[in-house]
Amino acid sequence: MNPTGQDVWVYVEHLRGTVAGHTYELLGEGRDLAGSMGGRLVAVLLGNGVQPLASTLGAADAVICVEDPALAEFTPQAHAAVLRALAQQQAPRLVLFGATSIGMDLAALLASSLRMPLVVNCKDITVEDGRLVVTSQMCGGKLSCEAEVEGQPAVVTVLSGAFPAEGGASNRAPQIESIPLPVPLDTVRMKVTRLLEPTAGDVDISKAPVLVAVGRGIQRAENLPMAEEMAAVLGGSVCGSRPVVDQGWLPLSRQVGKSGMIVKPRLYLALGISGAPEHVEGMKDSDLIIAVNADPKAPIFDIADFGAVMDIFELLPALTQELEKRKGLAAA
Amino acid sequence: MNIAVLLNMVPDLVEELEIDASGTALDTQWMRYVLSESDEHALEQALMLKDRHGAKVTVLALDYGEAEEALFSSLAKGADEAIKITGLAAAPGKQAAAVAFKEALATLAPDLILTGVFAIDDHDGHTAGLLAGLMDLPFVGVTRSVERVNGRVVVQKEYPGGFAAEIEVGLPAVIGVLSAPQPPRYVPVARIRETRKTRALADRRIAAAEGAPRLTVRRLFKPEPAERAEMLAGSSEDVAKQIVAILADRGLVR
Repeated sequence: MNPTGQDVWVYVEHLRGTVAGHTYELLGEGRDLAGSMGGRLVAVLLGNGVQPLASTLGAADAVICVEDPALAEFTPQAHAAVLRALAQQQAPRLVLFGATSIGMDLAALLASSLRMPLVVNCKDITVEDGRLVVTSQMCGGKLSCEAEVEGQPAVVTVLSGAFPAEGGASNRAPQIESIPLPVPLDTVRMKVTRLLEPTAGDVDISKAPVLVAVGRGIQRAENLPMAEEMAAVLGGSVCGSRPVVDQGWLPLSRQVGKSGMIVKPRLYLALGISGAPEHVEGMKDSDLIIAVNADPKAPIFDIADFGAVMDIFELLPALTQELEKRKGLAAA
Repeated sequence: MNIAVLLNMVPDLVEELEIDASGTALDTQWMRYVLSESDEHALEQALMLKDRHGAKVTVLALDYGEAEEALFSSLAKGADEAIKITGLAAAPGKQAAAVAFKEALATLAPDLILTGVFAIDDHDGHTAGLLAGLMDLPFVGVTRSVERVNGRVVVQKEYPGGFAAEIEVGLPAVIGVLSAPQPPRYVPVARIRETRKTRALADRRIAAAEGAPRLTVRRLFKPEPAERAEMLAGSSEDVAKQIVAILADRGLVR
């Protein structure tokens, strides 16, 4: 099948030999969009020795596969150069990336090098009378923006969890188009020298059943022992959002969120965490989320099961005391 | 080494954001534009490189919001020069901002361009990658450290789940900083005030950026959550009791 000028492309993200779950969410949404636009859904798979991964991409009409040793480990420059050349040849209508560490880099490079509009952090995409309408999240989730992209190809990054992954699952065998390297990569001036494992911490928070999470609201390092004391009473561990780790108050191994750890504890007690999308991505699947924040409009309350609008420094001693009281009763 | 640091101003999320009468833009009358957090880390990363290897650090900002404050603060922290870019509409989109920064950088010939990987306020908030695409320079975003090694830089790029890659990058290059290896340094207000008296900002006037994104905003709105937490009310003791009851109910406390 040839390019239609209305094709929807999904960049297939893979790390350590596995396709990222997020890619199936994009394929599911891309399937609907390609239908509305009358184009094909095309998965773009770049790497080295990655063709076997294509068998899991049957939701797409075709998988464009480009393999080269220079694409083996992801670098933004090499992958963007190939995408750019492919897009120039085949003129897709829409290119979808995950709003991830990899997708963010590629989307910006592709959009600006081909002068295409870029919309990031999208949570909804529709086609109205042939026009692309995207709703994206801005200002840490406090605002949504609905915008129209008219008539030309566009690059969009999509938030994780915006669409169900089931839509991108398929047992079909996709048509694989193996394409030789469309552009020489010998001028690429970057290479991966090492892959780094998660920093080994004293506690693996991804396995902790109870997490007491602190955010900016903890205000200073001296306040952390209050959270630790409560975590100890609950039999849990303390973790935090990025600002707390950036300040050096908690080690990197305790960071929850997009670039930190993904956690699913039985209890996630969020203290002074506003609930920026980058943080929520790392903890939204926890069994029970209880959030305490002084700001009644904090987005964390939109995903929590229970919430309290309160100064965390008022609640912490009261809650620790109440927990100890109950423990004392249980022991008696 | 010449390092350029690009500073973006973004709405201050501490204050309530209001939408204007058109329903398509922020009401800027009551809001503040402050320095984007990841740009503050980009500056810290530049100053760390300067401390360790020696470098000339030039900071640039488009002239709106608290750009002047951010530029003087950067000088007070140790930047060598500060350039205010004028001639643009207030708060342009990041594709237009990238065009403006490219023009302003033309005479500086930096070896390394550092800026935050993400600004929260736009449809297209990735200034770093957009600029690299325009200038056709090597680019890595989402970094947590940048070191100089043998005329190149070695960066650590973060991935989900605590993973990271170490990537060696030839210069000149653009790096989109997520965070510096240490918290941004603090500078007392008195020193910034002093800097305002003793130092000057360079002015760089540029023509309005053309070719900005072809995007029409139809509606800007505060999202209505599909579900919301069940709110617990009362004094701190009341709330503590309710939380303990919830935990007990689920077998999370004995």
